[in-house]
Amino acid sequence: MDAEPLLVVDDLKTWFFTRDGILRAVDGLSYHLKRGETLGIVGESGCGKSVGALSILGLVPMPPGRIVGGSIRFRGRELVGLDEPAMRAIRGNEISVIFQEPMTSLNPVMPVGKQIAEPLMLHQGLSRRAAYDRAAEMLDLVRIPDARRRLSEYPHQLSGGTRQRIMIAIALACRPDILIADEPTTALDVTIQAQILRLLRQLQRELQTSVILISHNLAVIAESVQRVIVMYAGRKVEEAPVAALFRRPRHPYTVGLLGSVPRIVRGAAAPKTRLAEIPGMLPALSEPVAGCAFAARCSLATAECRTAPPPPLLEQAPHHFAACWHSERAREVAYG
Amino acid sequence: MAPRQRGLLRRYPMVVLGTMLFLLVLLITLAAPLLATHDPQEIDPIARLRAPSPEHLLGTDALGRDVWSRTIFGGRISLMVGLLVALLTSAVGLGIGLVSGYSRLADAIVMRVMDGLMSIPAILLAIALMSVTRASISTVILAITLVEIPRVVRLVRSVVLTLREQTYVEAAVIAGTRPARIVFKHILPNTLAPLIVQTTYICAAAMLVESILSFLGAGTPPEVPSWGNIMAEGRTFFQIAPWLILSPGLLLGATVLAVNLVGDGLRGMLDPRIARRM
Amino acid sequence: MYGYLARRILATLPVLGIVALVVFAILHLSPGDPAALIAGDHATPQQIAEIRGKLGLDRPLYEQFVVWLGSLLSGDLGISIFSNQPVTRLLAQRMEPTISLTITTTIVMVLLAVPIGVIAAWRADTWIDHAAMTLAVLGFSLPIFVVAYLLIYGLAMTWDVFPVQGYTPLRDGIGAWANHLVLPSLTLGLSFMALIARITRASMLEVLSQDYIRTARSKGLGPRQLLIDHALANAAVPIVTIIGVGVALLLGGVVVTESVFAIPGIGRLVVDAILTRDYPVIQGVLLIFSGVYVVLNLIIDLFYVVLDPRIRY
Repeated sequence: MDAEPLLVVDDLKTWFFTRDGILRAVDGLSYHLKRGETLGIVGESGCGKSVGALSILGLVPMPPGRIVGGSIRFRGRELVGLDEPAMRAIRGNEISVIFQEPMTSLNPVMPVGKQIAEPLMLHQGLSRRAAYDRAAEMLDLVRIPDARRRLSEYPHQLSGGTRQRIMIAIALACRPDILIADEPTTALDVTIQAQILRLLRQLQRELQTSVILISHNLAVIAESVQRVIVMYAGRKVEEAPVAALFRRPRHPYTVGLLGSVPRIVRGAAAPKTRLAEIPGMLPALSEPVAGCAFAARCSLATAECRTAPPPPLLEQAPHHFAACWHSERAREVAYG
Repeated sequence: MAPRQRGLLRRYPMVVLGTMLFLLVLLITLAAPLLATHDPQEIDPIARLRAPSPEHLLGTDALGRDVWSRTIFGGRISLMVGLLVALLTSAVGLGIGLVSGYSRLADAIVMRVMDGLMSIPAILLAIALMSVTRASISTVILAITLVEIPRVVRLVRSVVLTLREQTYVEAAVIAGTRPARIVFKHILPNTLAPLIVQTTYICAAAMLVESILSFLGAGTPPEVPSWGNIMAEGRTFFQIAPWLILSPGLLLGATVLAVNLVGDGLRGMLDPRIARRM
Repeated sequence: MYGYLARRILATLPVLGIVALVVFAILHLSPGDPAALIAGDHATPQQIAEIRGKLGLDRPLYEQFVVWLGSLLSGDLGISIFSNQPVTRLLAQRMEPTISLTITTTIVMVLLAVPIGVIAAWRADTWIDHAAMTLAVLGFSLPIFVVAYLLIYGLAMTWDVFPVQGYTPLRDGIGAWANHLVLPSLTLGLSFMALIARITRASMLEVLSQDYIRTARSKGLGPRQLLIDHALANAAVPIVTIIGVGVALLLGGVVVTESVFAIPGIGRLVVDAILTRDYPVIQGVLLIFSGVYVVLNLIIDLFYVVLDPRIRY
């Protein structure tokens, strides 16, 4: 079923204009999201994945940040340059986001029930009582027991995992079409992580919400999404269905990411190998790179890679795209 | 202009403005004998209550004295009071604050007393202190100092208490460093920055308090031409000669503003959190 | 929570005690003979001795303190030397104008300062912010009576909008009462508004950079809900604290303002008392104003419980 995608991001450029120069946090990012799909965006800290997601909702701090180019079309409607009142009607209503830090993302002096009821009253015009009833339903939905009593409690009385569930309840209250989850489990204990991820998967199925899951943690991505984008230095370097990506990565950076995940192998025959790390560092976002942004750290890099233009995103296999001149040999890249 | 200087002006315009304004006032008052057009004490009954004119830049008062000359001489008094109060409160407040931060017993007593002092509105306390002494510039300075000291003590004490919790201070203690050395090497340098900022504000406050005291008749003795006294003399004639109050008043305001701006700027420079936002 | 409340109330008592001690000490520990000070510069040794005996100034200090404290607690603030009336009666007579002025000023101060601080924080680093803060500092830098005279010059003399001086009691008509209070309230309010506006701005800036504001924005909330329900609600504690400090400054400023505007309140009373060295009156006023301030701070501390649920549980 090849319907028009729900969200189309086309050559998005979000730059930050600071005293120290222009930081090109997102520099030509394109992807799409289909209805009911879960898309993962993976990359190391600073690669622009969060900024890209925040740009969709216009939540990037506008001085010093600015969307300088590209388009974001949601249901055919252009979001870049949309006026603020129209944007507010979309936030929390048609597109929602949950953030990384549940401990500090809730208003400490407002009961959690009211925080869930707010978007309901605002976007759906519900009365206070109706909104609170729906809030209680949401608490049930996110599997928080004793919903009615929880409504009047304050965030500091709740645990981190519970707070993140509340964040999810707030985000899904108005049944948005898209949920953006920006590192939702990074700040949580491992056991709680698993619970939250399972909850997200269940909710995604129950509500048919499309999800963009952002993480630097490959394990989280592997178990929760259908399709993955790998980002590096503000650009997309690889895109594939999740199984294909893990089975056969086609960009040296992805290979490096996968190789740097520790593997637990049992038995005496377990290979004793070093954890491979990718040498070098992310390029400074303020200095535009002529060719491939990854060339400086890549053992496969040739002169072609270092000169403009940067390698285009080519379909290397069905539905599997990579931006590398040497994509077929990606797995030969040497690290460590 | 050298690049570094220009950077300073652009980043902290308020400090530079405030400092220049303050220096201007300081220069004018210091150069009073040169800049005065008349003898500040010279009485001229014929020229009473004249409006500002080329001959009398700020007009004349009820006794025919030139307001401009009186004002710039009077500035010396106010500036002197401000600066001396600032110095005294810093010195004494620093001492008390350090002791209080270090000794729990001293702290208990000192803080109670400071709380009590701070509960009495500043001007009232100053008035009460002045009422039991012979009025003179020194007593004014002492009275205002006493009123402003609790603020400094509180500040120093809280810095000391915070610093004592720091790991590097604990390390020094464990290493056997003597308390005196810890104080001088670790604690004192860190109290200086906020202390300087606070002192600047106190200087401004002291000038204001002095003028209010004098205005109410509880400040510097009537013979002394402090700004407050000049304005006090001009009270009864305000409706016919408003310049008697407004001229020294606005000049005082400008001076206090200058000092406050310098304080704001210093705070911006010395407090890293706020500096980032600039 | 109840522990917090009880502790705060108990903590007030030693402070009140210290205040009483300080007020007592001012008169007795000053250089010079208290009796001579009270008697005045032209008194004869005989008159001084008489006063010393009458006021019990020849008894040992601690005994004097205990006696004085005792009469304090039973409501006796002594007799005015100048007018021979009980201080309490003098205070009662002058109370209405001062209370009117204090309340109207506090309202003006808060209604002006808090919105200015909020807007300055919301539009931080723009011309609005700089203008607002500079205006506020200006008000703070001018001595109160200069602000008073500027307002009188502008609004009472040049344009005859408000009366230059005077006070009309409430029972003589609310219009006249309010009319006479406008300039004095504005004077005091403008002077101390700066402090409140600045702290409001600083507190709001701190809060606006917090994560929960980002969450609120991501819900699609508009500026009004953001600023008030989410930002101001969290910024409230430091703001309320500084309003308390502002009232303390206000109580001192009332003295000057009543003097300039010829309002027959407690402030005027104490100014006259200075000139006549009427110590019982001075002590009485000090005690009353300090007591009010201490109680006010207590109320604010208790109010924190309402503002910040984290204290409650």
